[in-house]
Amino acid sequence: MARRLPEVEVVLVGFGWTASIIAQELTDAGMEVLALERGGWRDTVPDFSVTHIQDELRYAVRKEIFEQTARQTLTFRNRVDQLALPMRHLGSFNPAAGVGGAGVHWNGQNWRFLPTDFVIRTQTEQRYGKQMIPADMTVQDWGVTYDDLEPYYDKFEYLCGISGQAGNVGGKILPGGNPFEGPRRRGYPLPPLNRCAATELFDKAAKDIGLHPFPAPAANTSKPYVNSLGVQMGQCTYCGFCEWFGCANYSKASPQSTIFPVLLKKPNFSFRTHCAVTRINMDGSGKRATGVTYVDRDGNEFEQPAQMVVLCAFAHHNVHLLLVSKIGMPYDPVSGQGVVGRNYAYQVSSSVNVTCKERLNPFMGAGALGQVVDDFNGDNFDHTGKGFIGGGYIALWNTGGRPILQQYLPKGSPKWGAGWKKAVHDDYLYSTHMQCHGAVMSYRDNYLDLDPTYKDEYGNPLLRLTFDFKGNEHAMSKFLTEQATRIAHAIPNRGIHSKPREGDYSIVPYQTTHNTGGAAMGDDPRTSFVNRFLQSWDVPNLWVMGSSVFPQNAGYNPTGTVGALTFWAADAMRRYLRNPQPLVQV
Amino acid sequence: MAAAAPVFSLSRRTFLIGAVAFSASLLLDGCGGSSTNAAGGPRFLQPGERDFVRAAIARLIPQDALGPGALQAGVDVFIDSQLAGPFGQAAGQYMQGPFHLGAKEQGYQLPFTPAQVYRLCIPRVDQHCRNKHRAPFAQLTAQQQDAVLHDLEDGKIDLGEIPSANFFGLLWQNTKEGFFADPIYGGNRHFIGWKLIGFNGPRYNYVQEIGRFGKAYTQPYVGLGGRDPVMCRLSDSATGRFHGPGCEAGRMPFKQSYGSLTTTNNRVYPAGHL
Repeated sequence: MARRLPEVEVVLVGFGWTASIIAQELTDAGMEVLALERGGWRDTVPDFSVTHIQDELRYAVRKEIFEQTARQTLTFRNRVDQLALPMRHLGSFNPAAGVGGAGVHWNGQNWRFLPTDFVIRTQTEQRYGKQMIPADMTVQDWGVTYDDLEPYYDKFEYLCGISGQAGNVGGKILPGGNPFEGPRRRGYPLPPLNRCAATELFDKAAKDIGLHPFPAPAANTSKPYVNSLGVQMGQCTYCGFCEWFGCANYSKASPQSTIFPVLLKKPNFSFRTHCAVTRINMDGSGKRATGVTYVDRDGNEFEQPAQMVVLCAFAHHNVHLLLVSKIGMPYDPVSGQGVVGRNYAYQVSSSVNVTCKERLNPFMGAGALGQVVDDFNGDNFDHTGKGFIGGGYIALWNTGGRPILQQYLPKGSPKWGAGWKKAVHDDYLYSTHMQCHGAVMSYRDNYLDLDPTYKDEYGNPLLRLTFDFKGNEHAMSKFLTEQATRIAHAIPNRGIHSKPREGDYSIVPYQTTHNTGGAAMGDDPRTSFVNRFLQSWDVPNLWVMGSSVFPQNAGYNPTGTVGALTFWAADAMRRYLRNPQPLVQV
Repeated sequence: MAAAAPVFSLSRRTFLIGAVAFSASLLLDGCGGSSTNAAGGPRFLQPGERDFVRAAIARLIPQDALGPGALQAGVDVFIDSQLAGPFGQAAGQYMQGPFHLGAKEQGYQLPFTPAQVYRLCIPRVDQHCRNKHRAPFAQLTAQQQDAVLHDLEDGKIDLGEIPSANFFGLLWQNTKEGFFADPIYGGNRHFIGWKLIGFNGPRYNYVQEIGRFGKAYTQPYVGLGGRDPVMCRLSDSATGRFHGPGCEAGRMPFKQSYGSLTTTNNRVYPAGHL
């Protein structure tokens, strides 16, 4: 029997990026906020100290700071006629566990989506005609526009101390930035990171073939920085241990490095760790959430009443909670009805290894130290006759040269033995790779529901993922990989290895933790779970943050848009709290 | 919802896992005590298993003109320690049944922990070698060993419930890990792996050097345990145990000496260093 605790005004499920932003904003508005985190407490000191954080085996290979599948995983199949089987090892993506969430382990690749990304259906139909979108592709406009979000993108960028070069300020195209980006009100808070040998080569090669390279916007501080909350951040040292690691140096933006010094001092904020939320509780009307139930580390069950519930967990977990709590209509791919679990999407990545003639010292890097071309992203180019919509960026990220996982050998290198040894000896210091980071659209039969067989640690059914890449994604990815290969050939090299993404989606090799959808936002309650302010259509005191609200994916890393949407939702919550009603009337 | 079609038949590749897991646990229980060397020797591998691992890693990353290989780097110590620890026991991994071998896109679906995979597979590989060459793997010629490893990699050797490519993949993954992980875990001894490729360790700060395009980085090699000799240094104690975190149960390696080896990256391994 769950022990009932005293009511709080706002309970947050999870304590990562989105929860930290909501907590900061709503405590400013005078609310009493509690965050429940399934993982443990961690902070820059002592958990990310250089005495132990730069440990590739422990963090990147054994994945110590991620969710353990024994506690929570999902089952997976490519098609509805297959038996879904549990993801027993983390592979394709790495959901976080612990305070700070993915904000601790991300690279800091921080993007704004394109203005056209938010109106993809309207844009595509207007530019190319309705026939351009296949019948089974369920892409939809977001219900929010780039212009709506621009002030909130700005807010997140100045919170994080983004290093970069603006390409479009107020409609004026600036040299050296991304000429395709939407107009921004001002430049980035910090100048771009220093270039390294490999990004310099990419920049020159891309220019040589007529593309428009620019430094990637980075949540790694190029200079010391005092952020919008008055928190001091330190200059990045290019140590090459960003992704899968916490930052020892207060350089990578995370809840710890940007918000906690302010938030944790507030008397109206509290959090509890090792508390796994297992249910959203509802009153008899089905129109009001009354709080959540959670289980602590010792297996004790608690009921935490709250006037407002905000889901701030990983995308899959938000959707799982809605399904096991029986909130909203579960999506049915046969009828196409229902919203919870609908429009799951992902990203399609491919890469091109380049072994250069020049020594690169790949280990000097940063998570978002990269040079990028956006010429083939979104609708930045004419898709007529290409056989696909969407696109992606091509980047040379120099995230580091960690020796177990970051070796980019030429094509045909032996896989082991003396030949392999010679290849790593000869090529490690000279090799790099480019990444094609492509969008994935939403489809009628790519979705999330509950598995009929497999259970999690708490006895709840596992989430079931049914997903595959479709013709649109294969064609787009092939096109992007060809463009990246063109750039590679323009770099003085002694070997190129193009690695297209072919065949069915596999849960095994790491691709990206940019899983999206399942609780989509939108203007129509028949095709979205939350309205344009991320408020549930059915349950107005229930809100959903994070990439689970993306109606389909774009060709960028999602965190910048997640941050902007969270600030946007926080503003809406302030209005809601003054007058607790649905913010959009049907 | 469409019902899932039966995608496999009840054959040797589809098994009721209870029975298999039971026999695997018997195997583990049966040898747990005898494989433990109280004086700080191997924690998981039994003598025959250790012979196999040492012979296999010496072919996967051989010692040659480019420098020492996996054996000299202590990768066997690393693997033994990993198999004895949480990794070997699949701690934190979802191990609930029912187990079915699905499509390759669905990933690992066997009911065995990494430690069980080694324990089950090594005697079967040795048996295969005895059938074919009248000697266990460790006693074959290098050429024969390479052929066996290729056959394992290509899934051509029958290891019962475990596809041989799975076992090879695990062995090669662990070998690379041990060769390139920080020396505090018992492998990459004297930074042998890092010196091969030119990774100087977690040096932390490259603000000055990152702009020196094309220039060699010349600071000393360093690990989380400091400069060489790091925490896993040879002990002068009677038990021959390593000191330091992650290395407590390692066995003192054989004393070996080399002539000076110079690599094309101009890194020098001094004579008698190992």
